[in-house]
Amino acid sequence: MKILTANRLSDGEAVWYAADGTWAEAIDLAETVADKLGESRLEAIGKAAYDNDEVVDVNLIDVVVADGVIRPTRLREVIRAAGPTNRTDLGKQARPSARHA
Amino acid sequence: MYRYDEFDHDFVQARVAEFSDQVERRLAGEITEDQFKPLRLMNGVYLQLHAYMLRVAIPYGTLNSKQLRMLGHIARKYDKGYGHFTTRQNIQYNWPALSDMPAILADLASVEMHAIQTSGNCIRNVTADHFAGAAADEVADPRPYAEILRQWSSVHPEFSYLPRKFKIAVTGAKRDRAAIQVHDIGLHLKKDETGALGFAVYVGGGQGRTPIIAKKIRDFLPEEHLLSYITAIMRVYNLHGRRDNKYKARIKILVHETGVEEFTRQVDAEWAHLKDGELALPEADIRAISTYFAPPALVARPEGDEALRLARLDSRSFGEWLDQNVVTHKHPDYAAVTISLKGVGEAPGDASDSQMEAVADLAERYGFDEIRVSHEQNLILPHVARADLRAVYDSLVEIGLQTANSNLITDIIACPGLDYCALANARSISVAQEITHRFASLERQRDIGELKLKISGCINACGHHHVGHIGILGVEKKGAELYQVTLGGSGDENTSVGEIIGRGFGPEDITDAVETIVETYLRIRLDSSEIFLDAYRRVGQAPFKEALYGSEAKAA
Repeated sequence: MKILTANRLSDGEAVWYAADGTWAEAIDLAETVADKLGESRLEAIGKAAYDNDEVVDVNLIDVVVADGVIRPTRLREVIRAAGPTNRTDLGKQARPSARHA
Repeated sequence: MYRYDEFDHDFVQARVAEFSDQVERRLAGEITEDQFKPLRLMNGVYLQLHAYMLRVAIPYGTLNSKQLRMLGHIARKYDKGYGHFTTRQNIQYNWPALSDMPAILADLASVEMHAIQTSGNCIRNVTADHFAGAAADEVADPRPYAEILRQWSSVHPEFSYLPRKFKIAVTGAKRDRAAIQVHDIGLHLKKDETGALGFAVYVGGGQGRTPIIAKKIRDFLPEEHLLSYITAIMRVYNLHGRRDNKYKARIKILVHETGVEEFTRQVDAEWAHLKDGELALPEADIRAISTYFAPPALVARPEGDEALRLARLDSRSFGEWLDQNVVTHKHPDYAAVTISLKGVGEAPGDASDSQMEAVADLAERYGFDEIRVSHEQNLILPHVARADLRAVYDSLVEIGLQTANSNLITDIIACPGLDYCALANARSISVAQEITHRFASLERQRDIGELKLKISGCINACGHHHVGHIGILGVEKKGAELYQVTLGGSGDENTSVGEIIGRGFGPEDITDAVETIVETYLRIRLDSSEIFLDAYRRVGQAPFKEALYGSEAKAA
């Protein structure tokens, strides 16, 4: 499975492309795709958002979905989705809405 | 310390205005990311994992109280209440919004600071011995020369688009505390037999994926030739340095591939027609810059000895701090103090906004308004009367910065690693935290003695692992973190690059491996005066290999 991620231009916040067509601040809301067709669609959306100056550093990343929870396969993306592991009081993991995988 | 003149003020203000305009145009969509990225990098703005990062220059690591207070203010107002001091003696903020950059840079400019040339393929912040101007073993203060280099290299039109970034370090003492031999150019300020000042010039050192120790290409360069000679080096590099391959673009590769003799010949040929031209430094100019760095008026405070004797009797922990974190000053009544940013479980180099403000207060009250950032990611009060050390210590206890571990195993250099950095492959901070917990006992640390442990989260080696007595390099293997261990590195006047001891260790095993290495050292050392590095150099890898991999080697 893949999801589309980027950083928001104005403040650098890590964001994921969500099924409702917005860039969500939580990975839980990311739209997952399972085939090349879906990947191409997300890539096109990412390019358009980049060209439109909404986001930067756009990437498709690998994830696994287990029990409805999206988990990136690379530790880098796990940390990006949560925040620094040495400061669990900071980043997305510290937000009331954060869901802990 | 150096004060901006009118030109400096105008220059920095103009840059703030220029970059503010660039940020606004970027946010308005008038310029693309491809156009903007090189501009933001020229102003120290990176994009990391969670947010943008701003790297602020602290020239040769010297700050006054007002500046440190401003760094604390920025941490509180625009960031998340802390900053990270780096091995380039700079500070990084991990969470600023792009839209706040103009305001941050304006605040910095109000205290004569900026973020220019903290990134990009230019001459970066010139670093210096953090005890400069205070150290008892110093021949002369290296900072005036670092300042001359800063002025000369700032937006230098010829050297703003080098093949790759370029780092210069200066030391004024034989004991090298600035790691000059792992810099693109390392300068050792010294005197010749007539008492004249000049430099031993080292070129082509560096860490990263290809660690190379710099070569000395001139034993004594008279001070007036500093800029002409460095210009000659830069020109040879700018012309012949490789631009075809990022990984071979540093000057160390050029020196290595060209050969030291031929490289030196080319530099000398270039220098021949620069030497007596406009780059020759007039004596009056050198002295004028030097006056900015004149030592403070250190009045006699002979009561210090008795005060310390009594304070030692009163508090064992104060005595331990005194032994570990306080070094001899030029003036017998004074000392230089290391404020450790390496408390047990802390991220090396991180300081909170209130800690920065409290240290600024201490510097103002007891330290002649001067603070240094060391490349080992600690803060330094370079001039404190010995009679005031107890008061300084008590104040540090109040803000949790009294850790007495300077040069011990928990005084770890660590890069931000995968917790923050977009380039990292593995975490560094978590490894440092676990090691500090494991070796938390000060008694044990002091028994182990001097041991420099350095951790990098990728091969770029920002955590200086190549020159750690014990070096740890984090890599990614099959999607997981793996830590490779090197032993025997050193970044002082006897620089050496650490050697890989064997296969790497997973995150759950790396602290055990470090402990095994330390226990092996304790077993084989001649006596407690033989530090880890000396013992390793005497016996080599064998006993450490055996201790780490023995059973498995036998099984195979």
